[in-house]
Amino acid sequence: MAPVQIDAPRTPWPVWLCIASLAVWLVGHPPGQAWAQAPLSAITAPVTSAAPSGVAAPGNGLGPQAAPLSEEPELDARLLMLSEELRCLVCQNESLASSRAELADDLRREVRELLREGKSDQAVKDFLVQRYGDFVLYRPEVKPLTWLLWFGPFALLIGALVGLWVYLRQRRQQVDTTPALNDAERARVDQWLKD
Amino acid sequence: MKKFLIPLVLFFGLVVFLAIGLQRDPREIPSPLIDKPAPAFSLPTLDPAAGNFSPADMKGRVWLLNVWATWCVACRQEHPLLVAFAMRHEVPIVGMSYKEIQPQDAQAQTMDAPAKLQFARERSQVWLSRYGNPYVLSVMDMEGRVGIQYGVYGVPETYVIDKQGVIRFKAVGEVTPDILTSKVLPLIQKLNAS
Repeated sequence: MAPVQIDAPRTPWPVWLCIASLAVWLVGHPPGQAWAQAPLSAITAPVTSAAPSGVAAPGNGLGPQAAPLSEEPELDARLLMLSEELRCLVCQNESLASSRAELADDLRREVRELLREGKSDQAVKDFLVQRYGDFVLYRPEVKPLTWLLWFGPFALLIGALVGLWVYLRQRRQQVDTTPALNDAERARVDQWLKD
Repeated sequence: MKKFLIPLVLFFGLVVFLAIGLQRDPREIPSPLIDKPAPAFSLPTLDPAAGNFSPADMKGRVWLLNVWATWCVACRQEHPLLVAFAMRHEVPIVGMSYKEIQPQDAQAQTMDAPAKLQFARERSQVWLSRYGNPYVLSVMDMEGRVGIQYGVYGVPETYVIDKQGVIRFKAVGEVTPDILTSKVLPLIQKLNAS
């Protein structure tokens, strides 16, 4: 008996639209950025915050110790958290935290001083945005200008799902209305299957 | 409607977006300071006898602020154009010497602030007498802090500031003859007329 070749159903266009919207979303939110940052701060935060507490305490019987990494561990941790969300302008694919560019050094110094003055994280971001633009933010603010960026992929996805639903409904109607085989046709099919 | 055309149309849409994206220079970041008042500052100038300069001193005049340094290669490239332009006396050009002392200047690292300023002034002066001085004066932004106020992220940068002290244009990188004639000059003429 010869194998029966059944045409694989063509991928309906709403599926393409789904894939496209997913691709657009991924381009806008590279997984490396958000996911890779979490472990980084998890690794570095304990180092900066834990070091001064016990290690350098005089007279702990452990002999001479290295000086604490920082006088202001809490401020350092905040600086690190914040500067991971800020983009270095010279080497544009690096965060302010990871960049070794001189401007990044200067900006970190500036941010440190603002934090020392008691400015909130938002105030620090505003300071930089006023001078360098939204570009410095890895996570742009939600405002009319960035609506397309934030909600565009979801709009595409919803459009695709609606399209898929319409497509499936149409197809079901087609299947329902296709007349069943009559006797002559059934005989021909049986003949084909026998061959 | 032919359904197979849909992926094709999507594909060409993507191509158009990418083509536009590739045409853009990622180094050019639109400055949020355009049409905003030029940040105030008060800095010592190249001439030790001249005292401090502040943008308020230029009120009522259209002027250019050019951020430069002797270590900056692109500055030397744009310099002849600035010198030639300054000779036309259209607008005063104020220089801003940006972080003249760099980490690689080993001999300057141990100096105190006045000595550093002295060192930077001498080196800038030598550079300007060698390549020509287009500046009516040049301020010394030793730490780059005023640079941050102006959103400087690459040297050279050039700002056009109007009579009310508002930044009207910013060029990042070398000012080319094309930028000068097509953008800076028409803007200066417009601002001077107003």
